[in-house]
Amino acid sequence: MGIGVAIISLGLLALVAGLILGYAAIRFKVKSDPIVEQIDAILPQTQCGQCGYPGCKPYANAIANGDEINKCPPGGEAVILKLADLMGVEPTKLEGEEKPKAVAFVHEDECIGCTKCIQACPVDAILGATRQMHTVITDECTGCELCVAPCPTDCIEMIPVDETTKTWQWDLNSISIKEVQ
Amino acid sequence: MIQSILAQIKRGKLWQYAGGIFPAERKSLSNQQAITFAPIPKELVIPLNQHIGEVADVLVNVGDEVLKGQALTSHNNFRALPVHASSSGTIKAIEARPSCHASGLPELSIVIETDGKDAWRERNPTTDFTALDRHTIIDKIHLAGIAGKGGAGFPAHIKLSVKADIELLIINGIECEPYITSDDMLMREYADELIKGIEILEFVTQCKQTVIAIESNKPEAIAALSAFETDTRRVTSVPTKYPSGGEKQLIELLTGKQVPNKGYPIDMGILMHNVGTAFAIKRAVIDDEPLISRIVTITGEAFKEKGNAHVLLGTPIQSLLAQFELEPQPNDQTRLIIGGPMMGFTLPDAMAPVIKTTNCLLAPTVKELPPPGQEMACIRCGECADACPASLLPQQLYWYAKDNDHDKLNDYSLFDCIECGSCAYVCPSEIPLVQYYRIAKADIRKQETEKKKAEIARIRHEARQERLEREKAAREAKHKEAAAKRKAQLNAAKPDQPESTTAEPTKDKAQDAVAQALARAKAKRQAPNTNANIDVAAARAARKEQARLAKAAKAAQEQTDNSATTAQEQQTEAKPKATNPAVAAAIARAKAKKEAQQDENEAQTSEEMPAPSKNPAVAAAIARAKAKKEAQQAKKEEPQPQSAATEQDDTEAPAPQEKPAPSKNPAVAAAIARAKAKKEAQQAEKEESQPQSAASEQDDTEAPAPQEKPAPSKNPAVAAAIARAKAKKAAQQAEKEEPQPQSAATEQKDTEAPAPQEKPAPSKNPAVAAAIARAKAKKAQQKDSTES
Amino acid sequence: MKFALASSPFGRKMFKTPDLMRLVILCLLPGIFVQWYVFGWGNLIQIIIAGLFAVITEAVIVAIRKRPVLPTIRDNSALLTGVLLGISLPPYTPWWITAIGIVFAILVAKHLYGGLGQNLFNPAMVAYVLLLISFPVHMTSWAPPEALMQHSVTLADAWSMITTGFSIDGYSLHQIKIAVDGTTMATPLDTLKTDLGHGLTASESMTKPIFGTFAGYGTEWVSFAFLVGGLVLLKQKAIGWQIPVSFIGGLFLFALIGYLGDPDASASPLLHLFSGATMFAAFFILTDPVTASTTVRGRIIFGLLIALLTYVIRTWGGYPDAVAFAVILANMCVPLIDYYTQPVVYGSKKA
Repeated sequence: MGIGVAIISLGLLALVAGLILGYAAIRFKVKSDPIVEQIDAILPQTQCGQCGYPGCKPYANAIANGDEINKCPPGGEAVILKLADLMGVEPTKLEGEEKPKAVAFVHEDECIGCTKCIQACPVDAILGATRQMHTVITDECTGCELCVAPCPTDCIEMIPVDETTKTWQWDLNSISIKEVQ
Repeated sequence: MIQSILAQIKRGKLWQYAGGIFPAERKSLSNQQAITFAPIPKELVIPLNQHIGEVADVLVNVGDEVLKGQALTSHNNFRALPVHASSSGTIKAIEARPSCHASGLPELSIVIETDGKDAWRERNPTTDFTALDRHTIIDKIHLAGIAGKGGAGFPAHIKLSVKADIELLIINGIECEPYITSDDMLMREYADELIKGIEILEFVTQCKQTVIAIESNKPEAIAALSAFETDTRRVTSVPTKYPSGGEKQLIELLTGKQVPNKGYPIDMGILMHNVGTAFAIKRAVIDDEPLISRIVTITGEAFKEKGNAHVLLGTPIQSLLAQFELEPQPNDQTRLIIGGPMMGFTLPDAMAPVIKTTNCLLAPTVKELPPPGQEMACIRCGECADACPASLLPQQLYWYAKDNDHDKLNDYSLFDCIECGSCAYVCPSEIPLVQYYRIAKADIRKQETEKKKAEIARIRHEARQERLEREKAAREAKHKEAAAKRKAQLNAAKPDQPESTTAEPTKDKAQDAVAQALARAKAKRQAPNTNANIDVAAARAARKEQARLAKAAKAAQEQTDNSATTAQEQQTEAKPKATNPAVAAAIARAKAKKEAQQDENEAQTSEEMPAPSKNPAVAAAIARAKAKKEAQQAKKEEPQPQSAATEQDDTEAPAPQEKPAPSKNPAVAAAIARAKAKKEAQQAEKEESQPQSAASEQDDTEAPAPQEKPAPSKNPAVAAAIARAKAKKAAQQAEKEEPQPQSAATEQKDTEAPAPQEKPAPSKNPAVAAAIARAKAKKAQQKDSTES
Repeated sequence: MKFALASSPFGRKMFKTPDLMRLVILCLLPGIFVQWYVFGWGNLIQIIIAGLFAVITEAVIVAIRKRPVLPTIRDNSALLTGVLLGISLPPYTPWWITAIGIVFAILVAKHLYGGLGQNLFNPAMVAYVLLLISFPVHMTSWAPPEALMQHSVTLADAWSMITTGFSIDGYSLHQIKIAVDGTTMATPLDTLKTDLGHGLTASESMTKPIFGTFAGYGTEWVSFAFLVGGLVLLKQKAIGWQIPVSFIGGLFLFALIGYLGDPDASASPLLHLFSGATMFAAFFILTDPVTASTTVRGRIIFGLLIALLTYVIRTWGGYPDAVAFAVILANMCVPLIDYYTQPVVYGSKKA
């Protein structure tokens, strides 16, 4: 008799708790992006392919399927840390080297208008037509360097983006102080 | 705004804002002397961007003469402010110069060499501004390039153009920063002109009430302006406290209302302008004088002379330092602060110019404003929170800024921080709080820009992928059809040749360009993909080798005839050519034509066709193109069994490179030489492993000779360089080709072919030479066709 | 000449953390002086022992943590912790208990949490609670005021008591504690608590010699001296007004409510304010910036919370005084208080 009461009361308790939990799971459900989208949002979207995948999204997919998180040189350490945080893995050392940010520049006098770079550009940031001089839309260039190799005349140069007064990061120690008389 | 508040404002009622501090004022250092005029410097450096907003287009060129007040940049962009010549002179340069910014990073500036005449452009003063309409006045203000003098430099005309009912106009004469007295002196000495400017602002805004707010520590200024009080304009003395001069703080102080943190004062019917701005507006509208000078306070114990001066915009600060006798401080502790001690910045380079927002030059001694001490641990005393005029929690912001926790920083409203410095001022642990916030803000801004850029890049990439997919599908359908047709045709014409493969490179091209680029980029590390070109190349190579070997054979013959066998000979040979560029050109064209025909079916080398162009730049470009192509080919084909055969391309290709170079431009020749050198260097690397053979020495000496001919350059150095490059190449080639078994056989067959090529060399008659060249070209063509 | 670079603001208030700590120590002097006058040399020796151990411990730990030693010592924060603990301990506590307490305060309560500015709990109070729980007998062995003592205690006696447990003449602490009337002395709050437990009314208990004019004999003057020191701190703006006012006001209010409800069974509000550690804590313990709330509203809540806890524990708890416990409990709530009492950022006010 005593044991029956215990079983019934505990059972009821379990039922109630289960209902509450079930309700909470629906009521407080956190809507989250699929993991691939989240990874893709962290990647720098240079589409440079240095990770071995043709673009950032494919790499995001690969990471979601367990690939290493350290294959994105343009993103550098910052991206690795964020990915490590998101994926719950240990941050590892970057494969390849982190370069200062640069944009492509077409040397106009050397461009023969072959359109090869235009075809290589993953973000359509090169403007031009056959036999016409090409130029890079600096604002859209991701610095992926994919246009450099195809150029038959080696006329594309990666020019590091200079720091301006607008992008300066308030690093007082980096200022070289001139001797004044 | 509620009428009752306006009525209270009229009576001079004041409210309170949170926080604030009471630093030592030290204004008497510089406000005891009348305003002086700084001399015209020898050189004016006028940065294009001295305000918040966009940069205007430059209107002048280097060498132009400009008059005082002449616009240097245009005003056709509403968000851009023009800059003007502060004095007459000549434009010496338009280049990046050290900026008047904490970073000192160079900014594009117009440099004027002054002539000392200080000659004005034509001015059209207006006596009665009330006769003008609102838009004309705003235009005049825009044209005059007036940026807010309060600190940030927001264009005045933009503030005035907002269409809103403005009830309260606040003229900010607070100047709450210690040391600075430029507004104080302006109010004292130019009260009448200032009032004129205020009248213009009142006229433009049609406001109900004007308040000129002045801190209680400027009794002279208050007295000077009180004389101009009217029913709707009052001078309000506010208690001395820092930072009452901040726009938001002053509005709360005067109206008891806070500016909503995502809004503007204008949303509340309030417009605020600095006294300096009002003064500049008067000068612009009434006197037709643009903003070309401003009052600058030069103060601090490190200056022997102190005071206020009218300084032409663009005056290098260096010249002011000399004028006011800056005394260097011991231990490299001289600090030159632009602005006041609370919000100013140290200048790294005194060559920076005075700009529209430069209100003060402060050089304190170590005793006056001691350099920051050792940063100690935060003891959470909360002084900073008590001092913060924006009611932030500086301490929490500090922890999170140290932590780089951007989300938390946003939660704690980092971007509502006005960087007034009150928190750092009171911090007993000497933590440079504001510096932490600035770095954090810059970092957040940078990351946000990057994120935005990444998002755009992603969208563009996806759009492109989609487009490529679409195009690919369309093209594939088309290609299948076309390829089938072409195959049928080609097979009918030349049944033995595997020419149909040429369709493949084109198809290849149509493939995903990104994938292709990737493949190229990786070529360095990986073995090349099977290239459809190889078949074509092999076919072509076979042809070319015959021609080349023929030349070699001929050269061997010649060797027996001539005793001179070295490059020296080549040079002497080349010289007569050089005297006659026309011949060379003709030969070049002829050869190019032949080449063109040869290459017709080589999709990859199609760029070679424009070779005959006379444009040296194009020629140079083509040369580079070829050099590169071949280098790549060489690399790729190396591991293939046909390597030796394909190398023929290389031997052949440089010839046309030389040919179209009729230019006398040594630079072009040099470029070609470099291109070749590069190519050959690459080849050399690859060929290192090939077995060497002494027997090939013949080739080395003679083979390059025909290539040399067209080089019309008169520059012996260039010629020599080319010769050397070629000699090297030839040597490497020869080494390689030696093991070919058929070489000897083919050699004899074609002995006569190169002979005519050689002939035009000694000729002095250009016409004859040209004819020979043409003939030769024709023959070569015929030979080609028979071969194929 | 080269220009030196720095970031704004270039001017700074000349009142630094070490100055603040020094000022707090100076403002403790009146209280320490009266304490010496009333209770003899005991606490002075405790202060010296605790201060010495505090500084040594701090130096050793900072050296182990590879931080600059001298600047850390010079911030005077460890010294202050030592002084505060020295004041709080019963005057003749054996030296090794003091040492254990202060080492624990600096090592565990302060540096294990990350050092100055990072500690969650007030180090002096953590040490006090540790000692109170670990050595209840020693920690409740309060000596009566000098004037009520049977045996007078000289400096040499005090030193001997602390180092050996016996006075020069061989009296033990227990013997010393016997008052002129032959009874063992306890603190006023303790006496009252015991008496109320024995069925005496508050006013009956208050007639005992341990009580003075309105609170404990002697302790009321010590409290008063701490109040004076605290007011100086307030005047110097070294501390905010919120915590002392809300704590003292709150304790007065709660005591008043209790007193009005049942005068016979409750201590008077004045007794609450001027006995035990009330004044000392109000100005010198609660206001420890590191462990107190940092927002204006938060500080008021913090003060009130401690007042409530103190009153509750004093009245119904097992300990006669309760400030240490109350402070530590309130310290725990600080992050929560801070989070919910953030000031409204300029421009975010709802109209």
